Amino acid sequence: MVSTTENTVAAQALPAKGRSPWADARRRFFRNKAAMMGLVILIGVALFAIFGNYAAQWSNEELDYNVMGQVAELGGPSLANGHYFGTDDLGRDLFARTVQGTQISLAVGVVGALIACIVGTLYGATAGYVGGRIDGLMMRLVDILMAVPYMFVLILLLVMYGRSITILFVGIGLISWMEMSRIVRGQTLSLKGREYVEAARATGVSAPVIILRHIVPNLLGVIAVYITLLVPLMVLTESFISFLGLGVQEPMTSLGALISEGAGTIAYGTTWQLGFPLLFFCLTLFGFFFVGDGLRDALDPKDR
Amino acid sequence: MFSYILKRLAIAVPTLLVLIVISFVLMHSAPGGPFTAERKLPPEVLANLNAKYGLDDPLWKQIGTYVWGIVSDFDFGPSFIYKDRTVNEIIAQGFPITLTYGLLSFVVAVVVGVSLGVAAAVRHNTLLDYIAVGVSIGAQVLPNFVMAPVLVLVFTLWLGWLPGGGWQGPEYWIMPVIALSTSFMASIARITRSSMLEVLTSNHIRTARAKGLPERRVILRHALKPALLPVISYLGPAFVAMITGSVVVDIYFSTGGIGKAFVDSALNRDYAVMMGVTILVGALTIFFNLVVDILYGWIDPKIRY
Amino acid sequence: MSLLQIKDLSVTFEGDDGPVHAVNNLSLSIDKGQTLGIVGESGSGKSQTAFSIMGLLAKNGRTSGSVLFDGQEILGAPAKVLNKIRAERIAMIFQDPMTSLNPYMRISDQMTEVLTLHHGMSKRDALVECTRMLDAVKIPAAKERIRLYPHEFSGGMRQRVMIAMSLLCKPDLLIADEPTTALDVTVQAQIMGLLSELQRDFGMATILITHDLGVVAGFCERVLVMYGGRVMEEAPTDPLFATPSHPYTRGLLAAVPRVDDEDAVMKAIPGNPPNMSDPPEGCPFRPRCTYAVDSCHTMPPLEPFAENRARACRRPIEELSA
Repeated sequence: MVSTTENTVAAQALPAKGRSPWADARRRFFRNKAAMMGLVILIGVALFAIFGNYAAQWSNEELDYNVMGQVAELGGPSLANGHYFGTDDLGRDLFARTVQGTQISLAVGVVGALIACIVGTLYGATAGYVGGRIDGLMMRLVDILMAVPYMFVLILLLVMYGRSITILFVGIGLISWMEMSRIVRGQTLSLKGREYVEAARATGVSAPVIILRHIVPNLLGVIAVYITLLVPLMVLTESFISFLGLGVQEPMTSLGALISEGAGTIAYGTTWQLGFPLLFFCLTLFGFFFVGDGLRDALDPKDR
Repeated sequence: MFSYILKRLAIAVPTLLVLIVISFVLMHSAPGGPFTAERKLPPEVLANLNAKYGLDDPLWKQIGTYVWGIVSDFDFGPSFIYKDRTVNEIIAQGFPITLTYGLLSFVVAVVVGVSLGVAAAVRHNTLLDYIAVGVSIGAQVLPNFVMAPVLVLVFTLWLGWLPGGGWQGPEYWIMPVIALSTSFMASIARITRSSMLEVLTSNHIRTARAKGLPERRVILRHALKPALLPVISYLGPAFVAMITGSVVVDIYFSTGGIGKAFVDSALNRDYAVMMGVTILVGALTIFFNLVVDILYGWIDPKIRY
Repeated sequence: MSLLQIKDLSVTFEGDDGPVHAVNNLSLSIDKGQTLGIVGESGSGKSQTAFSIMGLLAKNGRTSGSVLFDGQEILGAPAKVLNKIRAERIAMIFQDPMTSLNPYMRISDQMTEVLTLHHGMSKRDALVECTRMLDAVKIPAAKERIRLYPHEFSGGMRQRVMIAMSLLCKPDLLIADEPTTALDVTVQAQIMGLLSELQRDFGMATILITHDLGVVAGFCERVLVMYGGRVMEEAPTDPLFATPSHPYTRGLLAAVPRVDDEDAVMKAIPGNPPNMSDPPEGCPFRPRCTYAVDSCHTMPPLEPFAENRARACRRPIEELSA
C-alpha cells in the first residue's frame, strides 16, 4: 500500500525516464550514506528496546542492595555484577531502565506522530476538499492555534488531568497536527482538480468517501516523510516534559526522565547515569533525522 | 504597511481570547479545583476560598472578570497559592532575567548560525563545509536539556571554570546562553547553508558575477538577502521554542526566570500563575510573529501589505 | 589581431554518470565591431561556450584550450583578472530576463553598482548615467522607473534593463545568450531591433547565441553552426543561407517555416539531439544524418573549402542536394 502510493508521489516529483520512479526513489534512498547510517542506527535502537530485556540481568524495578548507599563507588558499569550500564541512584539496574525508557520514548514518539498525522490529514484534506469559506475559516483557526504556546498548554493539560501517560500520548499528538494539516491542504488543493477526482464527483460519490478513497491514499508518500520527521520532535517533546518532572511518572521512565535523574546526580561523580540515557536519546534522534531527510530527498529531489 | 499591522493586531486579540478561553475551560473541566490538593479542606473553608477567588461564579463571568482585569489594569489576579503575591509580581520578578538570556541566546543563535551556514555554502565541499555540516548535524540532537547537564559536567565539575548556577553576573550567563542557543544555531546554520547553496546557482547571481562584482559583494549584497528568507520564517517557531526552553534553563541553572515560576505553579496547581505565564508567552509569540512578518516583507519587495 | 580568439576550447562537466563533453575543440575568432551568430539546438554547447569565455561555468565544469581576449589569455584566469574584464570589456545578457535580474534589489542599485565599481563614479553620477542608458533602450519614464524592482516590469522591459545594464561600460564585446527566447514573438522583434540599433551606435562586437536561424539572418555577418558540442559549419550569413554546406545546416533550414513559399514543406530533422554523457562515436550528427556513410564514424575535421567558409563533413557538397 505504502509502496504504491509513494510511487505516485515520486512520479509527480520527476518525469519517468526509463526506470520506474519508485525504484528511482528507492535507489536514491539506499545510495544516501547518511540515510543508510540512520537506518542502521534506528534498527539498532529498536532491537535494543525490543530485546534488551532478554539481555538484562536485572529487572528495572529490583534494588541491588549490594550497591545501595555506595552507588558512586560500586554502582558503575560493570560486567561482573551484571549492571552493564551501572545502577541509578537507588541501586536499580540502569541497563534495564534504559531499555524501558527507550521503549516509552519510542512509543510516545510514534503514537504521537500517528495521532498528529491522522488529525492533521483529515483536517487538512477536508479543508482543502471543501474549499471556499469553510476552508478559509478552518485555516484561520489553524493560524490562531499555531500562536498558542503549545508546550505550556500541554503542561497545563498534564497538571490538570493528572500526569498519566495517556494524556502525554494524546496531548503530544494533539498539539502538533497543525503543520501537517497545512501541508495536506495544499496537496489536496492540487489533487482536487485531477480527472479521477472530478470523475468520482461526477458519478455522485459523496465527499467523505472521495476524501478517504481518492485524496488521502495519494497523500501517503508526503505523510510518510512527515511522520519520520515528526517522530523525533515528539521524542524531544516528551523528553523535555519528563526532564521537568512533569511527564512519565515512576515506576515508569523515559529517556527524558532518565536524563533528568542523571543530570541531578552528576555532582556525585555518577556520570554514567547521565551518559547512557543521553547516548540512546541522541542516537534515536540522529537515526530519525537522517532517515527522514533521506526519504524526503529520495521522494522529492528538488527540495533540499 | 500601517494598516497591515493594525489588521494583524486585530487578529491577535481573538487569538489571545481563544488562548484564555481554552485555559479557562481546561481548568474548569479538570477533576478537582486548585484547592483540592493533598489535604482535605472543610467544605465551608473551600466555599469561602472559592468565593474569594470568584471560582463559584458562572464560567463566562469568571472569564469576563479575568479579561477585564487584564485589559483595564493589566492585572492577572492573585496567586492561588501564595496569598500575599499577585501573578504580576511573580512575573515581574522573573521576566527580566528570562528576557536577558533569551535575547542573548537568540542573537548568538542567529549570528553564529547564519555565519556558519554562509561560510559552509561559499566554501562548498571543502573541509570548512564538512566541519560546519558535521557541527550542525551534531548540535541538532543536543537540545537545551541535554546541553545543560553536559555543560555543567564539563565546565563546572571537571574544569571548574564557570559557576554551575545562579544569576549574579555575566559569567552566570554563559552556560544558559550556550545551552539554549546550540540546537537553534545548528538549525539556522543548516537552513542558511542549503538556501545559500540554492541561491548561488540562481540566474541573478550569475548576472552579478557577469557584472564583474567581487565575490564578497556578490555574496553579501546579492545572495544574502534571498538566502535569509527561509531563515526568517524559521525565526518565529524558533523564538517560541526558545521561550519554552527557558523553562529548562531556569530549572537547571537556577537562573530565577519565569520558567521556574511556571514549573513551580504547575507542581503546586497554581492555575492563576500558569495562566498568567501562558498568556504572556502567547502574547509574546504573536508579537514576535508580527515582527518576523514585517521583516520578511522588508526583504522581499514582492510582498506588499 | 582579433578581439577574441578561441582555440581548441573544450568544456567537460563531471556528472554523477561520468563526464559530459559539452564543447569539443571549438575555435572561433571575432574582430572589433563584428557580429557573429552561434546557432544550434539546446544542448549543442553554445551557451557553455559563452559561459567559459566569461568564466561563469558551473563549479563542476572543466575547460581546456585557449581564449585570448585582446591578446590576453582569460580562460581559467583568476577572478581578479576576470572581474576587470567582465562588464567593463565583455558584457553578457542572458536568456531569461525574468530571473536574471536580482528580484530583491532596485533596478537603480543593480545598475549603478556597475559604474561605481568599474569607473569609480559617485552614486549620483552613476544614477544619471544609468537613467540615460534606460532612455537609450527606450524605457519610458526611466527616471521614475529606475527606482522600481524587477517584478514591476514586463519580460520585454526587463530584457531592455538587462541590455542597458550590460552596455553601461561601453564594452568591446557583447555576448547575447538567447536574448529573445523567453519573450513573446512581437517583443522578440522589438528587442532584436533594439539590439542591432545599439550595435550600430556603440560599435561593439557581438556574439549572438540562438537556436533561431531567422534571428541570425537579420543580425549577424557570420554564423557558426554547432551540434553536439562541435562546430559543423562556419560561413558568412548570406552564403550559408544560399548554399548550406553541411547536412545539419540543411536540416535546420528546412525546418524553418517559410511564409514566402506556400508549397514548401516544413521538415523536422528526424531523431533526437545526442545524449552528451554518451555521445555517438565520430560525427555527433551521424545517427540522424540521411547522408551518413561509414567514414562518419570518425569525426571529420573542420576544413575551409571556400572564401571564409569551413565545414566538418566528408560528403561533397554536390551530393548533399541530391
